[in-house]
Amino acid sequence: MGNAKLWGLKKSPWVFHLAAAPCNNCDIEILDLIAPRWDVERFGIVLIGSPRHADALLVTGVINRKTLPRVLRVYEQTPKPCLVIAIGACACSPNIFTPSYNVVGPYDKHMPVDVYIPGCPPKPETMIMGIIKALKRL
Amino acid sequence: MNIVRIIFSYIIFPGFVFTAVVGLFLTWIDRKVTARIHWRVGPPWFQPYADFLKLLLKETMIPEGSSKTLFLLGPLLGLVGMSIFAVMLFNMNFNPSGSFVGDLIVIIYLLALPPIGIIIGGSASKNPLASVGASREMTLYFAYELPFLIALTSIILKAGGSIKFGEIILAQQAEGPFLYSISGVIAAVVIFLSIQAKLSFIPFDIPEAEQEIMAGPYIEYSGVALAIYKMTRAMMLFLLPLFLISVLWGGFANWWAILKLLLIIVLIILVKNTNPRLRIDQALKFFWVGIGTLSTIGLILAFYGL
Ligand code: SF4
Repeated sequence: MGNAKLWGLKKSPWVFHLAAAPCNNCDIEILDLIAPRWDVERFGIVLIGSPRHADALLVTGVINRKTLPRVLRVYEQTPKPCLVIAIGACACSPNIFTPSYNVVGPYDKHMPVDVYIPGCPPKPETMIMGIIKALKRL
Repeated sequence: MNIVRIIFSYIIFPGFVFTAVVGLFLTWIDRKVTARIHWRVGPPWFQPYADFLKLLLKETMIPEGSSKTLFLLGPLLGLVGMSIFAVMLFNMNFNPSGSFVGDLIVIIYLLALPPIGIIIGGSASKNPLASVGASREMTLYFAYELPFLIALTSIILKAGGSIKFGEIILAQQAEGPFLYSISGVIAAVVIFLSIQAKLSFIPFDIPEAEQEIMAGPYIEYSGVALAIYKMTRAMMLFLLPLFLISVLWGGFANWWAILKLLLIIVLIILVKNTNPRLRIDQALKFFWVGIGTLSTIGLILAFYGL
C-alpha cells in the first residue's frame, strides 16, 4: 500500500504555484517549465489552480508580515502528503532583503521545506533537476 | 446465478471497471494529442492511472461549513449514472432484440446525472468560485440540452417513431446507418457539439474556466472525491462517442467501431485545441439560436424522410 502511494505521488506531482511577494522573475521561469521547450508534463507535473488538488507547493519570493498568514493558510489547505519546494534565492533565504523591518525570515522557519532551488532566478533546468532529485529521494 | 451476472455486468464488464479503465486510457490519448498539437512531448501512457491512484490515496478534505452529505453525494451521482449508462449501451448494441427494455428517455435522464452531481457538489462546497461554476454549469446544461433533444427526436422519427434503443439499432442494421442522409449529418453535428459541451471541453469549458474561476465546482475537492469526478469525466469521454455511434452510425457491435470511436475522439480533441472559450451568454446564444435552428431544420427534413 505504501509503495503504491509513493509511486502515484512520484509519477504525478501536481503543483500549485504560491507566489508570496516575489519580483515575478521566478514566476516567469516557472511558467517556462510548462511551455513546449521544457514540458514538465513528461514527468506528470501539471500546474493546477487550487491548493486542494496540489501535491507540491512551489513557493517563491520573500515572506513578509503580510503574506505569512496567507502562506500558512494555503499550506494548511493542501491535503497531505505534500511537498514544499522553495524556488529562488528569496525563498531559500531572504536574499538581499534580510535587514528589512518587514521580512520574517525564510520559509523553513515557518513550515517544513523539502527542496531548495537557489538562483536568482533559477534556470528551468535547475528546477527540473531539483524536483526530479527530490522525487527520487522520496 | 442470474443475480451474480447482473452484478458482474454493472460492476466489472461493461459497467464500472471496464469503462473506467478504457476511459482513463482515452484521457491519455486526449493529453498526448493535445501535447503534440502544442509541439510538446506529453505524458507517458500510464499517467491517468498514476493520477487516479495518487488521488485515491490522498487525504479527502471537507471544507468547513459545507454540507458534508451533499458534498460527498455530488461525485457519486455522476459515477452511478455513467455505470448504468454503460451497461445499457453495451446490452443494447450486442443484443438489440433482447428483452432488456432500454429507451432513449431513460438515457436522457442518465446523461443528466453528471451535471446534476456537479451542481450539487459545487453548491455544497461553500466557495464563491465553486458556486459561480455551479451556476454556469446549470446554464450550460439548459443551453445544450434543447438542441440535443431536438436531434434525438429527429432520430426517433427516422427509426419509425420508436424510442427503444434496440429498435433504433435494428432499423439502422436493416436500412444502413442514419448518418448517410442530410438530416442524419445535421443530427450528428448537433450531438457532436453537445458532447463537447457535456464533457465541458473548450470552447464550452465555461463552468471550470481555469483562468477565471480556477477549477469551478471542483475547487474544494481533494482526494477520493476528486478522483471520482475525474473518472466520471473519463467514462463520459468513452461513452458519449459510443452513444453517437450507436444512434447514428449503425451501432458498435463490430471492429470498425474502434476506428470510428478514435476518429470521433480525435475530432473532439482537435476542436478543443483550436478554439477559444466562449462566454456563458455566447454559449447560450450559440446553442439556442444557431444550433437550435440547425437541429429544427434537421427535424423537419427527418419528418419528410430526407
Ligand atoms: S529569487 Fe530573484 S528572481 Fe526570484 S523572486 Fe527573488 S529576486 Fe526575484
